[in-house]
Amino acid sequence: MWELVRANQRRAATLVVLMAALLFVLGYTLAEALAPGAGAGGLFVACLVWLGLTLVSYYQGDSIFLALARARRIEKRDNAVLFNVVEEMSIAAGLPKPPDVYIIDEAAPNAFATGRDPQHAVVAVTAGLLETLDRDELQGVVAHELGHVANRDVLYMMMVGVMMGTIVLLADIGGRTFFWGGGRRRTSSRSGGQAQLIMLIVAIVLMILAPLVAQLIYLAISRRREYLADASSAMYTRYPDGLASALEKISHSTAKLTVATRATAPMYTVNPLEVGQRGLADLSSTHPPISERIRILRSMGAGAGLRNYDEAFRRVTGRPVGVVPFRALASAEQRTAVLPGAPQAGSRLERVRRTTDMLWRLNEYTFVACACGTTLKFPGAYVGREIACPHCGTVHTIQPSAA
Amino acid sequence: MIFLAFLVVVVVAALWVMGMYNGLVRSRNEVRNSWGQIDVQLKRRHDLIPNLVEAVKGYMGHERNTLEAVTKARQQAIQVTGDVAERAKAENLLSQTLRSLFAVAEAYPDLKANQNFLALQEELSSTENKISFARQYYNDAVMRLNNKIQMFPSNVIASSFAFQMEKFFEVEATAERQAPEVKF
Repeated sequence: MWELVRANQRRAATLVVLMAALLFVLGYTLAEALAPGAGAGGLFVACLVWLGLTLVSYYQGDSIFLALARARRIEKRDNAVLFNVVEEMSIAAGLPKPPDVYIIDEAAPNAFATGRDPQHAVVAVTAGLLETLDRDELQGVVAHELGHVANRDVLYMMMVGVMMGTIVLLADIGGRTFFWGGGRRRTSSRSGGQAQLIMLIVAIVLMILAPLVAQLIYLAISRRREYLADASSAMYTRYPDGLASALEKISHSTAKLTVATRATAPMYTVNPLEVGQRGLADLSSTHPPISERIRILRSMGAGAGLRNYDEAFRRVTGRPVGVVPFRALASAEQRTAVLPGAPQAGSRLERVRRTTDMLWRLNEYTFVACACGTTLKFPGAYVGREIACPHCGTVHTIQPSAA
Repeated sequence: MIFLAFLVVVVVAALWVMGMYNGLVRSRNEVRNSWGQIDVQLKRRHDLIPNLVEAVKGYMGHERNTLEAVTKARQQAIQVTGDVAERAKAENLLSQTLRSLFAVAEAYPDLKANQNFLALQEELSSTENKISFARQYYNDAVMRLNNKIQMFPSNVIASSFAFQMEKFFEVEATAERQAPEVKF
């Protein structure tokens, strides 16, 4: 797990540096184009804006965010089950202390995590989420959020987000200044000549491209983090199906989260602005398509480790490179799902299952045991010659005598 | 020049050994720390059980055996002062008796309507989950440490500084290993 956090930090640090370079180049060229020789000043202003925003978001980001989402803090007596689930998952994630729990009074099922480090972490869930999900599913969602906390995603998304905001802001300011005051400036400094003309063109190109590039970088990081948080959730709960069925329920919900805005959308488990637009996630989306996330989780079969997730990811998306950083993967072993929902011997569920199995057999259903632990049951009238396991995707051929 | 190159090699090697040693120490501390987490949850379970027995007594007078088994298993779990494997055994027994208590409680509708009992049941089953998640984290930490101790090249440093392998906290109940079934 430590390797994953480290690899994440390294990767995120690289991107932050890249973003910073973009920001400084933008600041410099903008100022240089507006007034030759003022490049250093522009650099200074860019730094100042960025530093100010970073400090504010570092120390106040989580409270601003919670206020924007209209979340209120709850105590254990308000909702013991939610509290227990959060505590259980913070133990599974090895966090130093369980995060604070907040509730958002909204019907749309969703959740987010915030806080700059595990010591200041906060998990917020909507009332709709608590209503729609059962305990295993809630556990999957909370584990996904705590995955963000444990992998330090919150801090990096905040940093990169601020950087992106600054770049967009500077480009905007630059654009306005060019538009309103650019002409006057240029006539007064005719001697600048060709050098300044080149600077001007570069500045305009940068002004158009930088916000786009910054946003694409931001979105790419955001999507990758979502996959990683899903992988962490599977590892913490050892029950990927919990999160998968939670995602299914969330995606079937039509309620919209009214408190979500474009600025806060990337923080949620499922992008609240894309509810009802299934499969429409692309380069312009903060989250991977929900159906793909579900398919990856579902095809993990009986495995629950980072490596299992990576394999499932490659199998489902067909991409040659997985999502888990190589360094983390090298030390990540396969894990088996323990399935908290598995019936215990002698329990009522087990008795019910045995009875229904008997009824299936009486109705001439065929039973096929899959290697991943699943038992496939299908009617004798089934005409296909082969059947795929819904969990691991293994295709079983049906013996003619068995049908 | 050769001396300088030699110096660089020595410094790099020293840094490398240092990093590996620190990694081993970190893994060992993680194991100890996560054992502490299991300990906290086990204690909490021990504390909750008398309350549960008290709450249940009035309703389940006929199930004296079940109740006594729980109390006895708790006593044993508190008293055991062995290594990880012995404690795991006692605690697993306690888990089993508790499970059968809750299974028996299914037959008492009055009890299942009792708010106090329901709250205790939620607390205990959550504590049970916490124990298993803490155990999961502990076992992962043990595996990381043991891997480092056994695998080359960190095993050289581990053996020269006498790092010990740690034991896993094993699950005994076979029911917990059962695979699920899917019907359609």
